[in-house]
Amino acid sequence: MKIGVVTFPGTLDDRDAARAATHAGTMAISLWHNDADLKGVDAVILPGGFSYGDYLRCGAISRFAPVMEKIIDAANGGMPLLGICNGFQVLCEAHLLPGALTRNHELHFLCRDQKLEITNNQTAWTSSYSVGQEIVIPLKNGEGSFQCDDAILAALEGEGRIIARYVGKNPNGSRNKIAGITNARGNVVGLMPHPEHAIDTLTGPTADGLGFFTSVLKALVK
Amino acid sequence: MAKIVVDVMLKPEILDPQGVAVSAALPRLGFTFAKSVRQGKRFEIEVDGEPTPAQLAEVAKAAETLLANPVIETFTVRVEK
Repeated sequence: MKIGVVTFPGTLDDRDAARAATHAGTMAISLWHNDADLKGVDAVILPGGFSYGDYLRCGAISRFAPVMEKIIDAANGGMPLLGICNGFQVLCEAHLLPGALTRNHELHFLCRDQKLEITNNQTAWTSSYSVGQEIVIPLKNGEGSFQCDDAILAALEGEGRIIARYVGKNPNGSRNKIAGITNARGNVVGLMPHPEHAIDTLTGPTADGLGFFTSVLKALVK
Repeated sequence: MAKIVVDVMLKPEILDPQGVAVSAALPRLGFTFAKSVRQGKRFEIEVDGEPTPAQLAEVAKAAETLLANPVIETFTVRVEK
């Protein structure tokens, strides 16, 4: 199974995302933002970083990169797609996921190990977890506050489309402590914290993040 | 040559932490007039000649597509003399 990892100018976490995909037993394929070619991959990860310098709004320019047109088409056709941090911002700007990520409510850039509760294990990226399971993975961003209007929030809650919430104090002012959401089909997931930085205890605080990558392998093998 | 100005603001219901920070800094400098501050973005677009209604409509389309995120922001388009 081949997982594409996109590199935009300013992407930081593509290496770790590729390493996590490899660690989970898939083959990681590098995708370049300016190539309208998915190289036959079965799933795609949009990794974290500061694509296009976060100019205009986080993810606003990346969303129109040539590779994104192909990714949007493929995701609408059911291909598993995970956006982490800046990748989550790109997914919202691309309208593959609702809402938007805005400046953390206390304005600080946060970088710490964050406890999350998994609240939906029916997606392509979360099936390795159990509902209610608590995991600890790094959170590092300046614009991670998930915002949307009341109607969208009610829909996300009602349809069980919130896949993870922050445990304890709300770190960034996200509505309903939302850390990650999915689309109705469950193939597209956006997550603000970084599972790819927590796949083994040699390099991360825990190995709790690996489940996102083993989940997609299960989804693809099925 | 004319200038088309696009002003982008966060919707009123969206928290603006930058505006809140500016609002908190003003009284520390002795400026006590502000009840609240909201921070936005301004785009200045130069075009040749007088902008036509069609051109302004195109700018509005660009604002909706790229310059603003309608999920959290509103925008206005105007011609500056």
